[in-house]
Formats: sequence, structure tokens, C-alpha cells
Amino acid sequence: MSDFLSVNIPKFTSVFSAIGMFFIVLAVLFAIAGRANGKKARPIALVIFLAPSLILLLAGLIIPAIRTFLFSFMNPDSNAWVGFDNYKWMTEDPNVKSIMVNTILWILVVPIFTAALGLLLAIMLDRIKHESIPKSLLFMPMAISFVGASIIFKFVYEYSEPGETQIGLLSSVVDFLGGTPKDWMLSKPLNTFLLMIIYVWTQMGFGMVILSAAIKAVPADIVEASALDGASGWRLFRNITFPMIKGTFIVVLATGVVGALKVFDIVRTMTGGNFSTNVLANEMYSQVFVQFDQGKGSALAIVLFLLVTPILIYNIRSLRMERSHS
Amino acid sequence: MKRKGLVALVGAAALSLVASLVTTTSASAAVNCDPYTGYKAMKGKTVTIFTSILEPELTTLNTAMSDFQACTGIKIKIEGSNQFEALLPVRVKGGNAPDLAWIPQPGLLAKMVETGKVVLAPKAVVANVDKYWSASWKAYGTVKGKFYAAPFGSNMKSLVWYSPKQFAKNGYKVPTTWADMTALADTMAGKGQTAFCGGIGSGGATGWPATDWVEQIVLRDHGSAVYNGWVNHTVKFSDPRIVSSMEKVAAWMQNPKWVGNVKGIATTSFQDAGKGIPDGKCMMLQQASFYGNIIAEGGATISPTGDAFAFYLPATNSKVTVPVVGGGEFTTAFSSRPEVQAVQAYLSSATFATSRVQLDNWISANSGVPLAAYKNPVDKLSATYLSNPKSTFGFDASDLMPAAVGAGAEWKEFTAWFGEGKSIADVVKAIDAAWPKS
Amino acid sequence: MSKLKIANHNPGRKLFSSKIATVVVWVTTVIWTIPTLGLLVTSFKADKDILNEPWWVSLFNPHFTLSSYKGVLFGGDSESLSNGVLPYFVNSIVITLPATIFPIVIATMAAYALAWIRFRGSDFIFFFIFALQIVPLQMSLIPLLLLFTGGAHIGSVTVFPALGIAGDFAGIWLPHTMFALPLAIYLLHNFIASLPRDLMEAAHVDGANHFKVFRMIVLPLSIPGIAAIAIFQFLWVWNDLLVALTFASGTEEVAPINSKLASLVGQYGSGYTQLSAGAFITIAVPLIVFFSLQRYFVRGLLAGSVK
Repeated sequence: MSDFLSVNIPKFTSVFSAIGMFFIVLAVLFAIAGRANGKKARPIALVIFLAPSLILLLAGLIIPAIRTFLFSFMNPDSNAWVGFDNYKWMTEDPNVKSIMVNTILWILVVPIFTAALGLLLAIMLDRIKHESIPKSLLFMPMAISFVGASIIFKFVYEYSEPGETQIGLLSSVVDFLGGTPKDWMLSKPLNTFLLMIIYVWTQMGFGMVILSAAIKAVPADIVEASALDGASGWRLFRNITFPMIKGTFIVVLATGVVGALKVFDIVRTMTGGNFSTNVLANEMYSQVFVQFDQGKGSALAIVLFLLVTPILIYNIRSLRMERSHS
Repeated sequence: MKRKGLVALVGAAALSLVASLVTTTSASAAVNCDPYTGYKAMKGKTVTIFTSILEPELTTLNTAMSDFQACTGIKIKIEGSNQFEALLPVRVKGGNAPDLAWIPQPGLLAKMVETGKVVLAPKAVVANVDKYWSASWKAYGTVKGKFYAAPFGSNMKSLVWYSPKQFAKNGYKVPTTWADMTALADTMAGKGQTAFCGGIGSGGATGWPATDWVEQIVLRDHGSAVYNGWVNHTVKFSDPRIVSSMEKVAAWMQNPKWVGNVKGIATTSFQDAGKGIPDGKCMMLQQASFYGNIIAEGGATISPTGDAFAFYLPATNSKVTVPVVGGGEFTTAFSSRPEVQAVQAYLSSATFATSRVQLDNWISANSGVPLAAYKNPVDKLSATYLSNPKSTFGFDASDLMPAAVGAGAEWKEFTAWFGEGKSIADVVKAIDAAWPKS
Repeated sequence: MSKLKIANHNPGRKLFSSKIATVVVWVTTVIWTIPTLGLLVTSFKADKDILNEPWWVSLFNPHFTLSSYKGVLFGGDSESLSNGVLPYFVNSIVITLPATIFPIVIATMAAYALAWIRFRGSDFIFFFIFALQIVPLQMSLIPLLLLFTGGAHIGSVTVFPALGIAGDFAGIWLPHTMFALPLAIYLLHNFIASLPRDLMEAAHVDGANHFKVFRMIVLPLSIPGIAAIAIFQFLWVWNDLLVALTFASGTEEVAPINSKLASLVGQYGSGYTQLSAGAFITIAVPLIVFFSLQRYFVRGLLAGSVK
């Protein structure tokens, strides 16, 4: 007992002192910089607000990204240049084609479903009593670790031979409805969509909570006044409500695309990327951490980066438009 | 500030939880320090070990090492992770290496040696390994002529799990030749039983049990020379000898009469595959010695007369005597501090190996361990084969091959072979193409 | 027309009647919860029943056991929590609190600067930060670890000292902070940029500088957004294993609860029951956080200040 406390109390002390120090440093910076007047005030404020993020991003993500770019032109051990060999491999390997098709399927289907469902639920939750109970239950899958989720869906997608008890929920439901269950994870291309369902199930709560927060940010006094408004139904939603939260909806959509591009745990645990379900992020992980080929893995990461650029351009355009309107 | 209030609340709740639930631990019994007089006392020193071994084996390992720790004062901290193979290279390259690591793949050991961070085995370890291990085991811990890592635990892969109770009920006898085994499988099939269980699902590593099956047959059909050539790619996958062995595997584990749903093998996890053995849902499963732990999870007893036990997978070619496929871990050092070397020496000694096997679930290829010391009957059976001087031993080939094949193309292609009916010709072509050119 | 006036409606007020909304929400909730219910039932089953009996059958044919919870909490044979998961539980809290607070505060500052202190190139920086989300953190592990253990040098000049925090809690907080920034800045920018311009301008006319505007207007009004993002950052750190095991280690001193649970499953076992029980033990804390932050998702924070 005393052993345990003597080891763990210092841990808490260090946490609270770290958090305390963090806020003290910030407060001091704010106080000193706040005294600056005139021309220097703006640039000083800018540096204090922005520099911490930029420094951390430089060390944590930008330098590694540059390194990854260089590695994509190097051999598996990153000690000799190989030119475009790793990219050439991608065009030649037959597995990579199916990986690309699946990845594009993922970024087309998954973000739209998570965002649309999240939006629908966020709007409806706003209209009902006791919203915190269904909201928490809908959010719960987000809190479940991927390991937990993979067990859950094993007992959804499990298939047994006809005549044996079906312990998988899906097989059982299909059986009940008079259909013939099959080995779901082997059924192409259905299997990829079944994996997407897992992702939508875990991640929908994200869009719902963010969109819900956006809806709640609508000023209350004006809401009260709107009770007298005559516009109704779909038109009101399309012309007035949706434009208001459109920005947030796009944010959720874009985040969904990035999330769908990076997904690998689900594919890894459910099929290991076999049976034509593989995606870029999983292949990248497998190349770098299982097959120890830093070069191919890095090249795959660069392609991943390129795939996000259309979303980036769309984001730029929509933000520019928003700004020119306001 | 409200946030701080919440923080404090969580902290206070955690502390009160601590206070209400922690009980004191009892002091340990007197320790006999005679076997450890050769080691200097180094009180207060700590040695960290990183491994893929998990609970409950971690606790058992700690128990086996407790006397050594008490007598020398060295504290050994073992850290087990199922992400070991991915994390070790990251931590070594990033400068956060553990003192020691138990590496199960000679291929990964070679990768780690390339980083320049691995320390050569100290003299005491070399002496122990020369004394207690065969030259081939020493060779697995050797990279480019330099000896780094002493063998640690072993596993024996040439076993077939079955249920003695089910066999007795049906009047079956344990087969001792390949022909006996196939005849028995036919008998079972005739009775409507599923002769062989199978499952190669294993998340990101799906396919490895199928590589084991092929390894068994390659070694059994063609012996060490071809097996070692296969590992080095001087014998290609497309070589007729390897292809014929794969055909034999197909006739065995892809025979619908014996296994039922062939494709289902690809989506069944290897852990689930044999869980039906005690109930007779399926009768036999080719799996390694550690598989007993998995069957026992469901409460089955493992003994020659119990719910489950194992027999030796018969040979297929009389010219290859007692073929045995196995694997093991190798104690690799990233530090040359005296306490680390002391632990290395201790772990390669017969004292450690003997004290460990006495605690169940462990096999050592250390010849200083008397067979009588084994407590677990399957381990004893396995050790009998591993220590048999007539054995033709083959280390798990996929662990020796380059990772691009042994942990990449081979897994992937064999999974497609089982799950999608890909032809052997296409499978071997794809694997040969993936072999790194260097 | 200013943004505020467009906001004249409760979104969805006329689109769905509250009856339809109630039905749809509850039906979705039930469907969404069924898989989790399966996990809950599984966590109380005996291992040998798992593959023989569907969980929904077990629900009506209960022969449940607490053994997997006992195994997870108390670590098998030993009898006390201090030998089980408790030290790891403490570590998880110690890791998660700073790793949630630091990035959220830093990201809120950056989001404010990018939204309201406009300068040449601020759009470029914003989109660049958005794009950084795609950098796989697996690619950052080795260079970052090298930075912590060896520092950064150009020639013989040390541009960044070796922090020596690998293996320490700080060595886990810092990477989590870095990896969280792109998403957090992106999301918070969306919330902060949509605050009413009149409000900011009025404050500046009154002589408030950026620091004051940030503290007195931006922070309080962004609470719903900050709370939402804090929940996700908390969740991410709470369920993380990779960062903790890379930058520290899996020992009792620093490793989070997940690493212990992953190890308890056993090297070869399928561990369905232990994993299910573990999933429910680890889910408890994020749900408590979710509930306690939910009161910040309230309508009308803006109302008072606009008048």
C-alpha cells in the first residue's frame, strides 16, 4: 500500500505541476506581450499565438514528412538511392491496383455516410427530450478501442457451415429472413463494404458531436424569435439551416476523408488485408513495420498524401468563397 | 476554473480507489543462493527486457528468475507487447532500445545487427552456448560470422493436436506413419467426422499457419539440404520439389473430405481452429507445442488421456529421419553494462532453463536440462524430439526468409491459395517475384 | 445580411416533428448499441461457451461469470489491484490529462491567430496544417525519438538539445501534443472563424488587445467546440498504445492501461472474454468524461454577449 502510494503520488504531482507550469508560462507571456503597443503589437501577438504550434508541427510532422519523401526514393534500409523504383513497383504489382481501388472506394463512401448520418442525428437530437441518453449511446462506439470493436464485429460477421449454429449476428439475421448466409469476409466486393460499416459505426459519433456543437452555437435569443417564422420543412433546411452549418459539415466531411485514408486497424484485424480488402494505409504499415521496407512504405505514404490534395483544393475554394461572402 | 475542478475530481477518485483496494504483498520465502555464487552481487541495478512473450508466461518467467534477482540484487523488468516486431526496430533506431530483447526471428536479429546497436555475446554466454546448444542453434544467433544472441525458449511445431478421449470413444489409434494418418482421416470422413481442423487467420499475420504446413512437408519430403536451399532461395518456390510438397499440403489441408469447408480455413482464426477438438467437432489439428495453452482456455485438460493432447506429425520419406520443424527466441543485447551481461549469462545457463521448464509451458533446446525436469507432458514430448540426436531439424523457414517474403508475400499468397483458390503455379510465381533482388 | 440574422432559426425546427425525430433517434440508437451489447454479454461469458452459443442466446440462457473481469483487474493469481491494472490505470490518467490539455490550448491559440489576426500567407499556413493531418504518425516515430534522444545538430552546432525525455511521461505528452495539432487547429478554426465579426470589432474599438479578446471573448464562446474536440483528443490518447510504447516503454512505471490489457490477453490466446472485459473497463473513463463535458454543449453562449 505505502509502496504503491510512494510510487504513484509523485506521478500526480508531476502532472499537476506540468499543467500548472504550462498555464503560468502562458499567463506570463500573455501579460508581457499584452503590454506591447502600436505597430509591434500585432506581430508580437501573432508570434505568441502561432509559434508554439508551428515549432511543434515542424519537429513532429513536417521534418518526418520530408524524411518520408526522401526515403521513398531509397532502398528498404534507407541507405542507398534507387530513383523511382518504389513508385515503379506500385504500377507493376498487381496487388497495388486493388489497393488503390479500395482506397478510393473508402474515401468516396465512408465520409459521406458518417457525415450525413451524423448531421441527421445531430439535427434530430436537437429536437427531442432527454437527448443526452441517446447521444451518449450513439457516441459510445467511439470510446471503444479498435481491439474491442474487432471482437464485436467478429461476432457480427462470423460464419459457420450450414447446419451448425450461426454465432454471427449477420449470418443469423440472414438465416432468419430466409436467406443463405455466406462467408462474408470472402465475398468480394461485399467484404470491403462490410469493413466500411465498422468504420462508420465507430466514427459516426465524431460528426454527430461536432455538428451538434455547431447547431448549439446558434444564438438562443434569435432561435426564440424564429418561432414566428413561416418558412417550413425541407426548404427551410436547404435555404437557411444548412448554409449555416455548411462550414462545419465540410469540416466533418474532410476529416472523414483523412480518417478513411488513414484507416488500417479495421482492415488489419478483420482480414489482414487479404481477399481484396487491402487499403493503402494498411499496406504502408505492413511494408514499414512487418516487411521492413522503408522505401516502399514511404512511397505509399506519399501517394496517400497526394490523394488528400483534391480535398485540400476543395477546402481552399469553399473557405475562400465563405470569406468573400462575409 | 471548472476544468481544474474536474481534473482534481478524477485525481481524487483515483486515489481513493487506490486506498480502498490495495492490499499488502507478502514477503517471499528463504532463497537458496548456491547456484548463483558465480554472479557478482549488483544491488540496485536494473535490466530491462523487451519481448513478444505475454501473460501468463511473463509472470512465470519472473517467478523462474526470482531467485537470481534476490541473490544478485539485479532487478529484471520484462515488458511484453504484441507489437514487438514493429516496435523494436523503431525504438532501437530511435535510441530508446531496451537492454535485452528476446527476438523470435533470426531475420529480425540480422536487421537489428545492421543498425550497429547490437552488442556481441559476452564470453560467458559463448561458453554456455558452446556447451549446451547444438551448432545449428548457435548459427541462428550468428550474423555474418559473429555470434550475438543465445537461444532462449523453443517451440516444436511438428505436432498434431487431438483428443485422447474422442479417440478412445471412437476406437482410433494415434497414427505413427503418414499412411496411417491418411487412412485414419479416411475412416473419420467415412463416419461423417471432420478429420482435420484448420485456421490460418491471424489479423495482419494471416497465413502463417499455412506456411508452417508447407514447411513441415518440405522438410519431411526432401530433408535439410533442400529445406536450407529453399530458405536461401537457391531452391525457388517454383522448384518442382517445393511445388510437389505444396501439392501434398493441398491434398491434406485442402481436401474437402477431411477438412469440410476449405475456404473457411482462411477466415477461421488459428486460435479458434482447434477449440472444437475436445468436443470432437474436428479431430486433428497440426499446430505447434504452444497450442495447448489455447485449447486449455476453454477449460480442457491437456494430458495423454485427457481432452486434448498431441502426437508427432509422421514422416513422409524414410530417408529423412525424425524431421522436426521448430522455432525459438534469441536473447539479444543492446547494452554491455556488467549487469546486462550477467543476466545474459544467467539466461543461457542450464540453471535458468531447468528452473523455467519446471514451471510448466516451456521448452528449451538447452541440453543441460534433464528430460525429467519437464512438468508439462506436451513439453516433454516436444523436448524428446528436439533433443533427439537423429532429428532432422528445420528452423521455421518463414522466420529465416527475408521479411518481404516470410512476413509478406508468403502469408498473402498462401492465404489466397486457401481462401480464393489461387493455383499453386500462380502462388509460387508471385512469391518468387517478391523475393528481394540484392 | 449578416451571419447573425441568418441564424434566425433553430436548425431543423420545421424539418422534423419532434415525434418523428424521437422515433428515428431511438431506433438508430438501438441499432447502434446492439453490437456493444454483444460485447458486454461476451465479457460475462465463459470462454468455452463463446464459440458454441451466440451471445443473444446467452442473454436468455444466462450462466454468466465474473472471472474475466477478475482476471483483468487483479492479474490472474495475485489478489490485489496493485498487482493488476491499477498502476497502469494511474499511468493512463497521468498520460491523458496533459496530452489533452496542452494541444487543445495551443491549437486554440493558433486557430485564433489564423482566423482573426490575418496576415499574408495565413491561408497558406492554415491549409498546410490541414494537409499535415495525412502524415501517418508511424512515419514520425523514429525521427522524433531520435530528436528526443540525440537532439538536432547542424554540423557541430546543436540547434535543439537532447531532451532526454524518452522513457518519461513528458516523452509521451509531447508527441501526442504534436500529432493532435493539425486536426485540432482545423476543427477549432472552423468554430472560432464563425464567431461574429461585430463582437471582435467592438472589443477592439474598446481598446482590447488580441490577448484580451482571446481570453474574454474567444475562449468562452468556443467552449462547445473546445469541449467536443477535447473529448476526441482524450479518447485518442486514452486508447493509444503505439505512442506510449515507442516513446516510453511497457513497464509498470509509465505504460498505460491498454498495454497491460493487451498483454493479459496472452501471447497465443484469442482472449475474447478478457478483451471484452478490458474494453468495458477502459470505456468507463471516456464515458465519464463525455458525460461531464456534455453540459458545455449548451445553446446560447453567444446570446448574452451579442446584446
